[in-house]
Amino acid sequence: MSRLQKFFPALSLAAFLAVWQVLALALDSTLLPSPLTVLGVFWLELISGQLTYHLGATLIRLIVSFTIAMLLGSAIGLALGRNKKLDAFFDNWLVIFLNIPALVMIILCYVWFGLNEASAILAVLINKLPNVVVTVREGARALDQDLLDMARCYRLSRLDTLRHVIWPQLHPFLMSATRSGLALIWKIILIVELLGRNNGVGFQLHLYFQLFDVASILAYSIAFVIVIQGIEHTILKPLDKKSQRWRR
Amino acid sequence: MTDIQIDIREKVFPAVGQAAPHAAIQDFRLTLRSGEFVCLVGPSGCGKTTLLNIVAGLDRDYQGEIRIGRQQALPKIGYIFQNPRLLPWRTVRQNIELVLQDPSAGNTVDFLLEAMQLTRFQHVYPERLSLGMSRRVAIIRAFAIDPELLLMDEPFVSLDPPTARQVRELLLDLWRKRPHTVLFVTHDLREAIALADRLIFLSPSPMSVIGDIRVPIERHLRQDENEIEAFRRRLLDGAPHIKQLL
Repeated sequence: MSRLQKFFPALSLAAFLAVWQVLALALDSTLLPSPLTVLGVFWLELISGQLTYHLGATLIRLIVSFTIAMLLGSAIGLALGRNKKLDAFFDNWLVIFLNIPALVMIILCYVWFGLNEASAILAVLINKLPNVVVTVREGARALDQDLLDMARCYRLSRLDTLRHVIWPQLHPFLMSATRSGLALIWKIILIVELLGRNNGVGFQLHLYFQLFDVASILAYSIAFVIVIQGIEHTILKPLDKKSQRWRR
Repeated sequence: MTDIQIDIREKVFPAVGQAAPHAAIQDFRLTLRSGEFVCLVGPSGCGKTTLLNIVAGLDRDYQGEIRIGRQQALPKIGYIFQNPRLLPWRTVRQNIELVLQDPSAGNTVDFLLEAMQLTRFQHVYPERLSLGMSRRVAIIRAFAIDPELLLMDEPFVSLDPPTARQVRELLLDLWRKRPHTVLFVTHDLREAIALADRLIFLSPSPMSVIGDIRVPIERHLRQDENEIEAFRRRLLDGAPHIKQLL
């Protein structure tokens, strides 16, 4: 990589902001505020505590629903991937749940279980779970039978087999489910909050949509993008690097 | 450990796609006496690996039974597979230590690593090893658990001749110190004669026993290649049906 290439991400971001600034100046409309205006709103929301409160509410929903979806989805995916009969029986269920629009599940959860936190989490969970199941099922199908036989022959416990033989093979699939999961879940959470909660980034976006306040909408969106990027760079990438250190 | 009786009436691989069902083993009976070194010699594809998998309990889809004395529970098995089957995300040492039930077996691991000349590679990941080195790690893994039954599926293939000789000597040395039962698959009749108490000759698929011959050469004379060659000639001249197979 040349020295110039190292600066490509920063240069590309600067170019994006420059284009945005030029467009905002050319249009001179509240519908496209300049990056500096958005930054100003971002700062005001931050020091007023509003941004952290609503971002925090959304993040808690994200963490809870993401954790449950990953744990439950991995277990179901592993079971389906390793058991052909179970897979044949539940395959249609998966296809159905994969194809139900997120909005339908959210509305149904709110109608059936009320406008409460549990319904919100359940709606996100039902939307995300099939994706995790399908990804992990593919990983479980691709497990190396030779290594599993080795583990069986040497009488490794179930826990050791899961930890040392199965888990490392599933890792790329779990990382893929994690990344696509974060991207999908936070979008669903925003709709859940927009439709039936009184806090969170989705709730704020709805409020500013009614006020036609594009600067605030962009400030909240950028805040969330920063959080997701933070998770990617501080948790996911180091995790990836650590788990792949054995590769040449 | 008591004797192991292998009695496989039939092992059939089911039809897959266009391929018809395939009988791999038929009417196979063999008794391994405790502490005996038995070499299985047979043509390629005759079902030797299938037999080892059945004995190891990895393949239960067959008619027959494996009896260990009066019980049906399997003994502690060390299996050296045809390919090393090391976990690529664990170092050489971690691969060996994973299968150890006894955490105090570290000294055994050190001794085996030293004997196989792998001490300086113990913290290396398998992807950085040659195939021959990976095979030696797989051999250490099997020895390290102090098995009652050792299954070896052509373990010295892809080792250079000096290393193969060295590992063979180490195997015999360990076996003399603690005579576990060994079931050793090979194509190489000279190797089989050098190692075995008994040679079991196998027919092409469906596999059955066509020759069960005790090697009469004293252990201390097995280093002598002339002695091995002379016995091989005598054996093949006296058994044209075996000669035809090899």
